[in-house]
Amino acid sequence: MKQPPFLRRKLINFGRIFRTGTINFFRNAWLSVAATAVMVITLTIILFSVIANATFANTVQQITDRIDISVYLKDSVNEEQREDLISQLQNFENVRSIEYITKEQALEDYKDQNAKNIDLLVAISQTDNPLPASLRVKPEDPNRIEEIRQFLEQPDIKDLQSDETSYSGDRKEAVDNITQATSFLRTAGIAGVLIFTVISMLIIFNTIQMAIFNRREELTIMRLLGANSWYIRGPFIVETVLYGIVAAIISIAACSTLFSVQAAAFGVSSLNLLDLQFANAYFEQRFWPILLIQMVIGISIGAISAYIATRRYLKFKTIK
Amino acid sequence: MILLDRVTKTYGRKGGTALDRISLHVEPKEFVIVVGASGAGKSTLLKLLTREEKPSSGKIIVGGIDYERLKDKEIPLLRRKIGVVFQDFKLLQNKTVYENVSFALEIVGMGSREINHTVPKVLDIVGLKGKEKRMPRELSGGERQRVAIARAVTRQPRILIADEPTGNLDPAHAWDVIKVLEKINRFGTTVLLTTHNQDIVNRLKRRVITIDDGKIVSDRAGGEYKA
Repeated sequence: MKQPPFLRRKLINFGRIFRTGTINFFRNAWLSVAATAVMVITLTIILFSVIANATFANTVQQITDRIDISVYLKDSVNEEQREDLISQLQNFENVRSIEYITKEQALEDYKDQNAKNIDLLVAISQTDNPLPASLRVKPEDPNRIEEIRQFLEQPDIKDLQSDETSYSGDRKEAVDNITQATSFLRTAGIAGVLIFTVISMLIIFNTIQMAIFNRREELTIMRLLGANSWYIRGPFIVETVLYGIVAAIISIAACSTLFSVQAAAFGVSSLNLLDLQFANAYFEQRFWPILLIQMVIGISIGAISAYIATRRYLKFKTIK
Repeated sequence: MILLDRVTKTYGRKGGTALDRISLHVEPKEFVIVVGASGAGKSTLLKLLTREEKPSSGKIIVGGIDYERLKDKEIPLLRRKIGVVFQDFKLLQNKTVYENVSFALEIVGMGSREINHTVPKVLDIVGLKGKEKRMPRELSGGERQRVAIARAVTRQPRILIADEPTGNLDPAHAWDVIKVLEKINRFGTTVLLTTHNQDIVNRLKRRVITIDDGKIVSDRAGGEYKA
């Protein structure tokens, strides 16, 4: 029996494995549809979780960006004292930026904020500028402003301040509540992604195992004819990889449609914590990387499931 | 070609002895018939030869391959050298006659041109010319078994093992299958046939090995079936 050289034989084998897998994909149409559908659902859930997570993170970011600490300075504080205070504050790891707002700037801001309140504007223009200069301190992590607060409460520092330190203009508890809620949402998002991924992997694994169980006779015959493991396993892996690719495309297409329909129909930019516009932009900007990642996930889930599911039927039955 | 030296096969702790210190020597190009009642140990013997099972003790050498030194990975290579025909045909139901035979060649990585050249010739030998595109379910039992034989011999093995190939066939079809086996033997392949069929054994007039209760009770050339 003549055999082609080694490399050519490998190529021929690879071609045949690929062809058989593709043929099986179409011949077992119903199974393909079922397995692909499960995969589509998995990938879509993962995609939605990721987008929702990013959107929540974005909302959290927006809220935390608004959290700042205003340190009101007495009019008697000179430039040197002010610069000294700023540099001391900058030594804190948790301080992202410090903005100095002069008395004049504070007055301008106040006027802008109360542009509709004529009486107030008249009253304020008739006196000396009553507003203090201030330092607006933006923390890196709003959860850890305690040490900054302690520093500002020190008597010699306190002496420089005209008013009580304001935490975002609100009470500190309110700030704390927001940050706690948002960090909870973030954790919940990550946990959700993980749980859904595991569940859908189990479902897909089961589907593929069933498919292989239906064809175990075929596997046994191939084995008896002297086919090696990869020649038997290969087509199954090709088949499940195809599920993954098709599922990724369907999932992305469905999400695209959903987003464009949503954008056209609602014209709403946000639903409380869910900033839809952001979600839309997030998806559109990352369309190709998302498609690629979806495919990689789909292909991996399929290939790993097929590999494990075939392993059982590929063991040599050698009873001692 | 086939050498068994005091081969014993027991199943489990209390499963009993299927084969008891069997020694056997088959020359190249021989046509050997193994007879015996159900449960005598015929199937076990064949399963040991195809390495579906391992012996409990004893030595097996087939075509120069010592089974003791055979690794699991090398089993596919061994099976490619031995053609096997099963009582229940074991055809791939979703493949045509042609594909069932060509599949055996694809496994070993043979080129497509070579396959297209070989398969029709083999199908002609077993008398299935013109039925290449049939599915196994559209064939009679005898035809199915001839597809299985074509599949087994297409790789030109030096040994063909036929495990009750006529067990599911009526006498006319059974004889067709046997004639194909004789033809293949004439081409130089060692044939090992197990059967229940007294008529076939007596008409073939070949070497007959009788197994009873796991032991070889007779081994004679031109032998007859003794119930």
